[in-house]
Amino acid sequence: MTTSKLIGLIARTGRIAEPAPQLGSGRIDGARPLRGSVHVRYVDLGGATDCAMEIAAAFGPVYDLERYGIRLVASPRHADVLLITGVVTRNMVEPLRLTIEAVPRPRLIVAVGDAAIAGGAFAGGYGVAGVVSDFAPVDLEIPGSPPEPAEIVAALRMLSGR
Amino acid sequence: MLVAFVQVALFTALAPLLVGVTRQVRARVEGRVGAGVLQPWRELRKLLMKQPVRARGSSWILRAGPMVVAISSLVLAALLPLVTTVGGRLAPGDLFVVVSVLLIGAVALALVGLDGGTAFGGMGSSRHMTVLALVEPTLLLAVYALSIPTGSSNIATIVDARLATPAIIVSPVGLLAMAAMIIAVMAETGRLPVDNPTTHLELTMIHEAMLLESSARDLAWLEFGSWLKLTVLLGLVGNLLAPWGVATSNDPLAVVIGMAAAVGKVLVLGAILAVAEVLLAKVRLFRVPELLAGSFVLAFLAVAVSAMVS
Repeated sequence: MTTSKLIGLIARTGRIAEPAPQLGSGRIDGARPLRGSVHVRYVDLGGATDCAMEIAAAFGPVYDLERYGIRLVASPRHADVLLITGVVTRNMVEPLRLTIEAVPRPRLIVAVGDAAIAGGAFAGGYGVAGVVSDFAPVDLEIPGSPPEPAEIVAALRMLSGR
Repeated sequence: MLVAFVQVALFTALAPLLVGVTRQVRARVEGRVGAGVLQPWRELRKLLMKQPVRARGSSWILRAGPMVVAISSLVLAALLPLVTTVGGRLAPGDLFVVVSVLLIGAVALALVGLDGGTAFGGMGSSRHMTVLALVEPTLLLAVYALSIPTGSSNIATIVDARLATPAIIVSPVGLLAMAAMIIAVMAETGRLPVDNPTTHLELTMIHEAMLLESSARDLAWLEFGSWLKLTVLLGLVGNLLAPWGVATSNDPLAVVIGMAAAVGKVLVLGAILAVAEVLLAKVRLFRVPELLAGSFVLAFLAVAVSAMVS
């Protein structure tokens, strides 16, 4: 695409982001030190990647999580929050432990989707070692299979408080 | 001395704001809302309160390196003629001193990248050094070309001379040298088209790869150091392109005008940078040397032309 076409496209498109919904009144206790800046590391332990798609949509331009100060980061060392989807499969037990250890305190763990909270359709499977709460304390649960991006946005806004 | 302190304090406060403005402009152009211009301040505040996690087997470099990066940027903010050219004439704001201070921060950052012991950190450091080896000569040569008409390698004197005779700015030598310098500054500060500050794609990142192992306040100092370096170098480019407004005496009114002018120039350049970054694609890593060699040729031509003219 040429630069002039790109500029035309930008001018025609305008704002893609939808208006921000009202901030809910719920707050998470451990999130106080974060105050307006939440860096999120996404971890998929094993699932159907449906939650991954909804999370990608939540960080996309339409739902625009970044406007509330919530950003995806590349390294658990930079993160405040681990966003975990899927059941804990046997091969992911050790990577999960290492990832949690690599996040500097204060840190929060958010389980996204029914599979991460209670196992969902995968509960009792032969490759399943358990759910997230069996291995680490979960601070916030976002139920749904998968949850809608708007629900993910509302839940994460409880952490950033914006 | 007091003026230099004012300059450092102003740019320390300005650096997170500049990054906030560039991110905000970029978000608006992309159709997003943006987190607000104060978001980098909130990030710094939060990072400074967290407890660092350091890799097992890492040394004191991981702790000291980020401080060196931040301090080298602070020294740069004191040396360069940003708000006023007075401090630069007292302190040795010489082009060789400035490039050396830049180099101290860059080497400290590369060591931080290596010290974590991860593959990405080492890869980032190696790429950073490759880019640096091409950028530093260009910066030296570009400022050298600018210094020939004024007969001094002191950057404050160069800015003074451009203020006195603005014809130098649009002379062929001035334009060539500034073009070379702007490309070098973009490479030095890790912006597009050399490095993408928002990428986390393993195969393309340079600056971000070196930060992967740093956390909490280590990360805060590294981020602050690189933001301040960007702000200071944009301030220098602004004062070389449009020196009007910079204070040439210790008069309080002149200093206040100089501060306002510096803030204005840096923020305008930051907004232009953000829009340009939306329109630009990152150059392939193997083609970065071509781009930088091109900027070196521009700087070399500037020196050659000015030698012929004088």
